[in-house]
Amino acid sequence: MGKLEGKVAFITGAARGQGRSHAIRLAEEGADIIAIDLLEQVSTIDYPMSTQADLDETVAAVEALDRRIVASKADVRDIEALTAAYRAGVAELGPVDIVLANAGIAQLGSAEPDPVVSFNDVIDINLRGVWNTVWPVAQDMIERGEGGAIVLTSSTQGLTGRGSDGSAGALGYAAAKHGVVGLMRSFANWLSPHNIRVNTVHPTGVETPMVMNEVIGKYIQDNPGAAAMVANLMPVDLVQPRDISNAIAFLVSDEGRYITGVTLPVDAGFTAK
Amino acid sequence: MGKLEGKVAFITGAARGQGRSHAVRLAQEGADIIAVDLMGPVASVAYPMSTPEDMQQTVQEVEALDRRIIASQADVRDISALRTAVAQGTAELGPIDVILANAGIANQGAPDADEDLAFHEVLEINLAGVRNTVQAAVPSMIEKGQGGAIVLTSSTQGLTGRGGDGSGGSEGYAAAKHGVVGLMRTYANWLAQYRIRVNTVHPTGVNTPMIVNEVMERYLTENPGVGDALQNLLPVPMVEAIDISNAIAFLVSDDARYITGVTLPVDAGFTVR
Repeated sequence: MGKLEGKVAFITGAARGQGRSHAIRLAEEGADIIAIDLLEQVSTIDYPMSTQADLDETVAAVEALDRRIVASKADVRDIEALTAAYRAGVAELGPVDIVLANAGIAQLGSAEPDPVVSFNDVIDINLRGVWNTVWPVAQDMIERGEGGAIVLTSSTQGLTGRGSDGSAGALGYAAAKHGVVGLMRSFANWLSPHNIRVNTVHPTGVETPMVMNEVIGKYIQDNPGAAAMVANLMPVDLVQPRDISNAIAFLVSDEGRYITGVTLPVDAGFTAK
Repeated sequence: MGKLEGKVAFITGAARGQGRSHAVRLAQEGADIIAVDLMGPVASVAYPMSTPEDMQQTVQEVEALDRRIIASQADVRDISALRTAVAQGTAELGPIDVILANAGIANQGAPDADEDLAFHEVLEINLAGVRNTVQAAVPSMIEKGQGGAIVLTSSTQGLTGRGGDGSGGSEGYAAAKHGVVGLMRTYANWLAQYRIRVNTVHPTGVNTPMIVNEVMERYLTENPGVGDALQNLLPVPMVEAIDISNAIAFLVSDDARYITGVTLPVDAGFTVR
């Protein structure tokens, strides 16, 4: 019997990368999944974003574990669309116990013809999108009165600005990911009387399409300073999506029942360097 | 199959409380245990310390899980005694994969306290004792060359001085537990090259004999300000030893293979308040 039998998890950015890995890991523990993803390009991102085919693969992987999944297209910048997708999932699977605000972009190395637009995009998706994801669900969790667990995906760049080159992408990413910690702390204080726990995870570079693409590859090659953004303490360049999923599976289970308000790096010692 | 099958864990303060809980939890995951405890008085501590009968109980609980345990008396202030315990334990069980520096005292509230002695003893046991524990056991880990995981038990008082009242006990406790974070960070940097991970856990008040005793109860009754400052954010006055053990079982397992240099509160939101 899994640790999350009978639970329902709402996961953003679930078409591929960490989001897909979380969906599978939580399904392995018995959870049903409400999955959403943008499935289209963002104008300030030069690498390919996720597709319907990616989301279909997540659906197939969860269903192969004999769990249910309701997957749809929604933009975390659009709270109405996001809430509608969430409610459609609840109508099929029942109330949500777990929220993973995972959707995010990284513009490093993408062209910045208008830095203002680039900065606004990353703040919109990586910070405001997290608030949009949590806020409607938290209302329902309070009303239901059975507690809950929320994990916000921050970054090592939510704890340090190491390696910044002053680009709108780097500044916006660090600002948004630090801001996610502020949201987490405020959510944790607001929601703790209702036994709803809220934590952040802080991955170092993870081997996903957001990081393993030509745009970011070239950026790191061309900007020796950027190597500092990804140089870990342990002898490993990148961690795997599964490593973040394992940390999240622990945090949202009853084994983490008294863990709230915590920033948990999964970063091969990056921030301890 | 457990997550720690074939591993050997060295645990200080294992006769009762959190240490016993850790021994049993890790044994459930398949680990064999080398257990030490003082089992004797400390001058500045007014509540009863652990006894050989307590340790016998730990031994029985681990053996009931069909795991092996080598238990002995040792003072964490005496590094040569710890080295002897490590040598005897590894001779029987093999080299060490996991170190839990758990032994500690809380001498706040002792009647007619010698404040200077209270400060001195808590630093010796709760800080120097952690250093002695790691230094006695880590050579076995390095020599084996298979990596390893170390968890140092700090406290919410390793992240905040909330409730401090100027007594030697509370000064020493906060200084020692903050110092443990410093040890963790320097060890994480030193040992990453050997793939040895080092983290701290930061419990809020735990339902153990160190906290639930007449001396501590009287201290908190007579100093209501201190008690008020020790309120958690989640609606729970104390956590259980198993909650700390679950966090440690996660941290020392392969599920956390890239988590090092991390301070992990298990504190019902105490530090985020």
